[in-house]
Amino acid sequence: MPEVLVRKRVLSVEEIFHEGGPPADRPLKRAAALSVIRNPFAGTYADKIETFMDDLKPLGLEMARALVKALGGDRQRIEGYGKGAIVGSAGEIEHGALWHVPGGYAMREVLGGAKAIVASTKKVGGPGARLDVPITHVNASYVRSHFDAMEVGIADAPRADELVLALVMTTGPRVHARVGGLKASEIKGEDGLR
Amino acid sequence: MRAKIRKIVTFLEETHSEMERLITPPTRRAAAVAVIANPCAGKYVEDLSELMAVGEELGELLTQRAVAVLGIAGDKAESYGKAAAVGENGELEHAAAILHPKFGTPVRKVLGKGAALIPSSKKRGGLGVALDIPLGHKDAAYVRSHFDGMEVRINDAPRANEIMVAIAVTDSGRPLPRVGGLTKDQIKGEDGLR
Repeated sequence: MPEVLVRKRVLSVEEIFHEGGPPADRPLKRAAALSVIRNPFAGTYADKIETFMDDLKPLGLEMARALVKALGGDRQRIEGYGKGAIVGSAGEIEHGALWHVPGGYAMREVLGGAKAIVASTKKVGGPGARLDVPITHVNASYVRSHFDAMEVGIADAPRADELVLALVMTTGPRVHARVGGLKASEIKGEDGLR
Repeated sequence: MRAKIRKIVTFLEETHSEMERLITPPTRRAAAVAVIANPCAGKYVEDLSELMAVGEELGELLTQRAVAVLGIAGDKAESYGKAAAVGENGELEHAAAILHPKFGTPVRKVLGKGAALIPSSKKRGGLGVALDIPLGHKDAAYVRSHFDGMEVRINDAPRANEIMVAIAVTDSGRPLPRVGGLTKDQIKGEDGLR
């Protein structure tokens, strides 16, 4: 079982008061947790990689808990989420795909059973690569006010043999959301979509 | 508050290993960045006292945020630095007005001491510009293990009429310092240099 060797962690929190319009009653907060880990499969083609998903579970849970804490500590206040990965140049995109299960299920577990699929993105990139992590409502993917994204990246990561793993959570809709569509107040909460 | 703040972003970086050597405890550094309206954008303003007053406010606010992110008492901070990026309709002198006349005193108040000059950098730039905040020991500028820098960026700032103002605070130096020089246990702390 490959060991998860963490080189670096980054936690960033944005507090958005306005974007040219009326200031929000409660500022929108968005937070990203990033971990830079060694890619145990870098430089080779490994056929069997699936078991690494289990190895990543504790890290995913730690990151999800750190996000809830950074956003005030109350999981009920978390309204949006997303995840992503950047694979260093000696790895393949499939290594980034290993983050889907441990990253997504960690957030759902920590949030107490969020229903919507966790929006995600990934790419291969060098140190300083930026990733636009997509964000959707935690219980209903179609809630239009909560479609958002958060750009993340680290100046010195990923090195060639590393992975940058990202989780993102938010406390609400875009700060001046006004393009209609399904509202958070209209969620049925049955299928994770509406 | 005189500063018109659009958003505040904080970053916490922890280095847990480097070249596969574990760093115990991890080195940690935090940055707090405010994105504010530039009241002097688009014209030549002779008297920059408004921006100096804004600098005084932000010195306190951002240092408090950075220390909170580290979860330490102010006097446990080891190094610090500051920086500003002015949007394209502003002048480099606007960054100077925020950073130099009045910013430092409240920073030192929050941190208990701070005999050393606060290293700084400034630039003009567009959205997503990278700010490299220089870092130096807060009580003795010559402590070689604490010479460092922290890159921060915000993808949607600074807009043309905005200024990004940043402070970085650490509770440690570089992860594996080994280039000699004055060490922190040799600090006399009288002149801010040694």
